[in-house]
Amino acid sequence: MNTVQAGLLTAVTFGLLSALAALLVARPARSAVVGMGIAVCGAGAVVAGVAAMTGQVASFAAPDLLPLSGVVFAIDPLGGAFLAVTGGVAVVTGIYGIGYCRGGLDGRLVQCMLPLFVLAMMLVPAAAGVGTFLLCWELMALTSLLLVLAEHRRRPEVASAGRWYAVMTHLGLVAILIGLLVFAANATDATFAALRLAGQHLSPGLAALIFLVTLIGFASKAGIVPLHAWLPRAHPEAPSNVSALMSAAMVNLGVYGIVRVGFDLLGGGAAWWWLLVLALGALSAVYGILQAAIGTDLKRLLGHSTTENMGIVLVGVGAAGLFTASGDLTLAGLAMAAALLHIVNHAAFKTLLFQSAGSVVHATGRRDLDSLGGLRDGMPRTTAAFGIGALSASALPPGAAFVSEWLLLQALIHGLPAGVSATIVMPLAVAAVALTAGLAVATFVKAFGVGFLARPRSREAESAHESPPSMLAGMGLAAAACIGLALLPTLVLPTIGAVAGGVVGSGDPVTVTATTIALTDFAGSLSPLLLTVALVIGLVATLAAARALATRRAAREARLWDCGAGPLSARMEYTATSFAEPLQRVFDDVVQAEQDVDVTHHRESAYLVEAIEYHRRVPDRIERRLYEPVLAVMAVWGRVGRRLAPGSVHRYLGYGFYSLCALLILLVVTR
Amino acid sequence: MNAPSVYGTVGVILQLLIVIGLSPLLIGLMRQIRARLEGRAGPGIGQPWRDLRKLMRKQRTSPRGTSEVFRVAPLLLVATCLVVAAVAPFVTTASALDPVADLFAVVALLTLGTVALALAGLDTGTAFGGMGASRETTIIALVEPTMLVAIFALSVPVGSTNLAAIVTSGLDDPAQVFSPVSLLAAVALIVVIIAETGRLPVDNPSTHLELTMVHEAMVLEYSGPDLAMVELASAMRLTVFLGLLANLFVPWGIATSGSVPVIAMGVLAFVVKVAVLGTALAVGEVFLAKLRLFRVPELLAGSFVLGLLAVAASFFLA
Repeated sequence: MNTVQAGLLTAVTFGLLSALAALLVARPARSAVVGMGIAVCGAGAVVAGVAAMTGQVASFAAPDLLPLSGVVFAIDPLGGAFLAVTGGVAVVTGIYGIGYCRGGLDGRLVQCMLPLFVLAMMLVPAAAGVGTFLLCWELMALTSLLLVLAEHRRRPEVASAGRWYAVMTHLGLVAILIGLLVFAANATDATFAALRLAGQHLSPGLAALIFLVTLIGFASKAGIVPLHAWLPRAHPEAPSNVSALMSAAMVNLGVYGIVRVGFDLLGGGAAWWWLLVLALGALSAVYGILQAAIGTDLKRLLGHSTTENMGIVLVGVGAAGLFTASGDLTLAGLAMAAALLHIVNHAAFKTLLFQSAGSVVHATGRRDLDSLGGLRDGMPRTTAAFGIGALSASALPPGAAFVSEWLLLQALIHGLPAGVSATIVMPLAVAAVALTAGLAVATFVKAFGVGFLARPRSREAESAHESPPSMLAGMGLAAAACIGLALLPTLVLPTIGAVAGGVVGSGDPVTVTATTIALTDFAGSLSPLLLTVALVIGLVATLAAARALATRRAAREARLWDCGAGPLSARMEYTATSFAEPLQRVFDDVVQAEQDVDVTHHRESAYLVEAIEYHRRVPDRIERRLYEPVLAVMAVWGRVGRRLAPGSVHRYLGYGFYSLCALLILLVVTR
Repeated sequence: MNAPSVYGTVGVILQLLIVIGLSPLLIGLMRQIRARLEGRAGPGIGQPWRDLRKLMRKQRTSPRGTSEVFRVAPLLLVATCLVVAAVAPFVTTASALDPVADLFAVVALLTLGTVALALAGLDTGTAFGGMGASRETTIIALVEPTMLVAIFALSVPVGSTNLAAIVTSGLDDPAQVFSPVSLLAAVALIVVIIAETGRLPVDNPSTHLELTMVHEAMVLEYSGPDLAMVELASAMRLTVFLGLLANLFVPWGIATSGSVPVIAMGVLAFVVKVAVLGTALAVGEVFLAKLRLFRVPELLAGSFVLGLLAVAASFFLA
């Protein structure tokens, strides 16, 4: 038994055991047992994934376990990368969940679904046959749906979010099902190995059809615009440990599907496929972060940011496909490595951010940034954790996302000579990534500055308390991962580069020394560690100089500048809404926020104002244009359909009789 | 240690000293020019240094209800400027730290400083702090695309985003400097640098009117030595940006080898170039009024289009 098999066996065993334990163990210890089980399961997956990324392979087949298709698993380096990411997220959220689930979320059903959801996410990248893949995919969808609905008794919005999620994830499944079945119909059997062989001989039209249909399904799972509508609903309404799992691990599998089908099974394909992927990615990145930048709900904002980050990943994947089609394999490897590294980074910081947001909700019961603030006093560790996550997410050095976005920009910049289409596409892609980076900075300055700094804006925020140790331990682990990825990406990049090179068929796209990342074949280097060291030296030197040169008198406590009008109250502060107002106004053509201002005048005189009421709503425009007409048509159908069912049993029996007759007549006619 | 790295280290130290020492003088020069053009006598170019000395001697104050974020922000702001001053090729292209960071990293570092200040503004919990932070982050978000597209345009002919590589290639091939690519990118960069450093017409550094403040609103609560650091850092930011602009588009004079006269020449060239750019900026500011905040995006969008044209030109004219 090699390491991959051992790791995977551990993961499956502990996953199943903790699901069983959830049913058997009594409530006080349940969340602890399940949480630890998930953590061990995740650790096994990390070991298996990393071993698979370094080239070990393992496969498992049980032809009789499932009728018709059987069960086939095989792990290659690409699957290993996603397996390891899921495992890492599972370790951290498992530990976090021990404390988080106590009090409301430790029911049997929720606790049993958690390990099953984690296990399903681990098995998707390991599946090596159409039947197995779809089975695991559906298991992942169903368990996550039940978890999203965990708090449906407490908040009515959860049910609506669950409905959106259920419908969209299943429409996505249908799309993937159609695509893969058409594919399998043209192959000798339904294993991926057979599809890979068949993929080389498919007609371009059929291959494009398969790619596009599966792209719809996978993009909806990854929350890509315009199929993102479920994501900002389901992620905030799910419990925060589930949000972290969905946002950091599950959406990645959408990208996995695109890469697996596009690069591996269909063997690359035409340039326009990848142009489409790149365009969708760029659109999602900008649209997602724009919604996040003007949003005020902390968890919804993080959900929109997931759309943004998956968009950035798809820009990388699309660029890799374009470069492969034009024959620049090294560049393709670079773009793919950037995309994979961004997936790893995103998993780390999004887990951390959702966990800290969960701690905030746990402590205050509020998600609205406009009523938070001042949490740094009551929850210093959570504040530090969110700060680290925000820095990692906003693509500034020394943050983790900076390294992956740097690699992506390098790939885009050097891709300019790749052809005329590249002349138009690459600068626009760079601009989209840059605008995304800029808006991400604004988003996270807002989320951190308004939510955690300043003065508390509500009583709940004022009396916020720090989270239990297990939640802090989970956040600490995630924060350590963020810092590690930010300072020492040199440790993971060779492996990720090799995986990316394997996917597109190039050599290692990056050369790595102990501290410096350098591009292969192009001039370009970056050293996140030395940059951070330089920054720290600069900080220390400045501090020392300031100490030496400034006066030694002790600091005096001073009143804040209040224009001489008495003490400032929390109502005078900038809120998240007012913070984002300039951005909202700049991008008004895109977001089209609806605002009403109601001024009530004084009875005596119209010049005196008694009250002003301000309402703002930011509707999702894509949703309004695309989904509402469809929903309206569905509602009409529903009303028409209702006429068929007036409640008379005679009529229903009549329906049965006539349809049976029609069927028999049809059979007679066709035979 | 071999010879180039000795000169590299010397170059790093020299650059740091020059940027720290001359930044306040640059601000002084610009204020003096402005004063003269407006018919005032002006305080002399040494006034910013005298202001800094005065501020350093004042007692520290810690505004009630602020946290560590507020106290660390000025240090971080200065530190980011120091790192950029050490890394970028101002006096010599042989900086020992060149492989550490490229043009993207330099831009991102300078943004990091602004972010620290915006967070400090929010941390105070006053309306002014929030207002400044909100406006500043809006401007950063819009500046970033132009900045990166302009970098793109500059790095395409060279095939690298490393600063030393871009500067050296400009030296090797002077025709490249006067190409349409370079000129378009230069105009785009000038606009965003004006926005990033908070000069007219985007922000008025000498205003204290709440309707018009951006940078000044964020730093309203700082006083004494902390304010000195913020002031020094904003002077250094201006110098660093002007220095980058100068050396990316007019690289002549920068030291490429390690002999003493060449480095002295490099120092002189850097000082002259930054002084000329500062003078031009100051003269231009006399004739400009501040734009309304919501007209600024139009200005930045214009510069973004120029950046895109530069990239297109770099491809079609290559």
